[in-house]
Amino acid sequence: MSIPITLEFSGGAELLFDRQKRHDIDLPKQENPWRIQELLPWIRDNILKERPELFMQGNTVRPGILVLVNDTDWELMGELEYNLQPNDRIIFISTLHGG
Amino acid sequence: MEGVEDEVKRLRQIIEDKSKEIDQLKQELLWERGTCLPQAICDLESAPILQKDVKGLTNEEIRRYSRQLLLPELGVKGQQALKSSTVLIVGAGGLCCPSAIYLAAAGIGQLGIIDYDEVEISNLHRQVLHRESKIGVSKSVSAVAACQELNSSVNYVPYHLPLDSSNALQIIQQYDLVLDATDNVATRYLLNDACILAGKPLVSGSALRFEGQLTVYNYMGGPCYRCLYPKPPPPETVTNCSDGGVLGVVPGIIGCLQALEAIKILTGQGSSYSQKMLLFDALDGSFQTIKLRGRQPQCPVCGDNPSITKLIDYEQFCGAKATDKDKVLELLKPEERIPVKEYNTLLKEGTPHVLVDVRQPVELDICQLPYPCLNIPIDHVEKKQSIEKIEGQVRSLSEMRLHEKVPVIVVCRRGNDSQLAARRFQTILKDLNVDVKDIVGGLTAWAN
Ligand SMILES: [Zn+2]
Repeated sequence: MSIPITLEFSGGAELLFDRQKRHDIDLPKQENPWRIQELLPWIRDNILKERPELFMQGNTVRPGILVLVNDTDWELMGELEYNLQPNDRIIFISTLHGG
Repeated sequence: MEGVEDEVKRLRQIIEDKSKEIDQLKQELLWERGTCLPQAICDLESAPILQKDVKGLTNEEIRRYSRQLLLPELGVKGQQALKSSTVLIVGAGGLCCPSAIYLAAAGIGQLGIIDYDEVEISNLHRQVLHRESKIGVSKSVSAVAACQELNSSVNYVPYHLPLDSSNALQIIQQYDLVLDATDNVATRYLLNDACILAGKPLVSGSALRFEGQLTVYNYMGGPCYRCLYPKPPPPETVTNCSDGGVLGVVPGIIGCLQALEAIKILTGQGSSYSQKMLLFDALDGSFQTIKLRGRQPQCPVCGDNPSITKLIDYEQFCGAKATDKDKVLELLKPEERIPVKEYNTLLKEGTPHVLVDVRQPVELDICQLPYPCLNIPIDHVEKKQSIEKIEGQVRSLSEMRLHEKVPVIVVCRRGNDSQLAARRFQTILKDLNVDVKDIVGGLTAWAN
C-alpha cells in the first residue's frame, strides 16, 4: 500500500519545484516504514526540478530551510528519524531575510 | 496731531505683522529644504540617555490615548508602561515604517531607529514613512521626522550608523526591546547574539515577494535565532528585495504585527509568537502559525555552555555582506567577459552571435538589448530544452561562419548571474566551436 502525503514549499523553496507550492504525492510501498531520511532523496530524485544543492546538503536539508511535520518543527518530531504517516503534511520553508 | 500718531501706530502694527509673516515663511522654507530635520546621531558619544519618566500620565496624555486606555488589558498601567519603555528598531525600511509609526502613535517613551542608508526612489513603494522630498536624506532621520509629526512627545533617536560588532551591544543595552527590521542575514545573526548577551527580547520580521515571517526570539525562555538556524544559509540561496522583489504592503503587514507584539510584551500581555512562527502568504491570503523547537541546550549563544560570549565577525560568519546593496561577483576572468562598449561595437559591425538573456521573463518586459535573444532564465540553464535551443542557434550560425568560433554572449541585470550561466554554458557546450562570454555589468551597465 502506498502512503499518500502532502508536500508544501514556501519562502522561495517552491522556486526549485517549478513554482508549485503544493504537491500531493503517493510514496511507493516499501518494506520498512518511510522516514524523512528517505523522503528527502526521494523528493530530490522525483520532483525537484533544478539545483539539488539548494535543497539538500549531505543527507539533510540545507541550512536555512525549516522542515515542519503537520505544522510542527521537525526537531520536535525526531527530525530525519520521523516515520511518515498517511496524510501527513510536510512543509519546507526557506527563511526570508528581506525587509 | 492725534491723526499722525494713529497713523504711525497703524504702520508699526503692519510692520510687526509683516515681519512675523516673513519669519513664518522663512521657517517654512527651512523646513522644505530639510534644515529643520531631526539631528542624526552619527557617533555614540552624542547619543542622549533617556531619563525614565516614572510620573503618571498628564491630562493631555489621558485625552490623547483615551481610546486605548479604555481597554482593560491596557488601562492606565499599560499606558504608563509604554511611556516608560524604550524600543530600538534596526533598519529604517519596509518593516520599520509601519512599526515605528504605530509605536510612536501608541505613546512609546523612546524610539531609536538605526540605519546607515539614505532614502532612494525605489524605497518609496514600501517604506511609506519616507517622502519624495526626503530622497537623499538619512533614512533614520526621515523616519523620525515622519513619526515626530504624528507624536512629538516621544523621545526619538535617529542613529545614522552601521550597526556592527563594535557598537551593537552598547546601543542595544539602552533599550528594553529590539525590532529586527533588517534586510540581510549577517545583521540578523548580529542582532540575535547581541540581544542574547544583553538579555533583550527580539521581535523579528522579514518579507520577500508575497510572503512574510514573524517570530519573537529570546523571550520567556523561548529559542533564539541560532537555536533555529545554527548554520547560516549558503549565500547563493539568499534573495533580497532588490533581487527578488517585494510587494510593499507585505512588509507593511509584518511591520504592523511587530509593533503589536512589542506593545503586548511591554505592557505585560506577553507575546503570541515566542517559540512560534507566523507565516503569511499574501497570494493565498493565509496566516499560519507553526510551533517551533524550544531553546536548545547546545545552542552556541543561548545554550547551557555558550561558546559565543562576545560578538563575532558576522559578515565572515555568513560569507555575506551586511547590506542588501548589489554585490559584484568575480567568477570569470576578464578575457571571458565583454564590456558594454565592446558589445556595442559588435552590434554596430553586425557580427552574428547568439545572445542569451538569463533574466526572468518579467524583467525582459521591462527592458532588453537591441538584438534578438534567447530567454533562458538563470534557473533553467541546465535544462535540456534550454541547451537544445542554444545548440540549434549555434549550429545555424556556424554554417555561415565556417571554421570560426560562434560568439555566445550571456547577459543579465547586473552581470552576476550571467557569469554563473556563462561558466555552465562553457562546460555544457564544450564540444561545439563556441566562445562563451558575458556582458560586464549587464543591462544596468548598458543603460548607463
Ligand atoms: Zn539559541
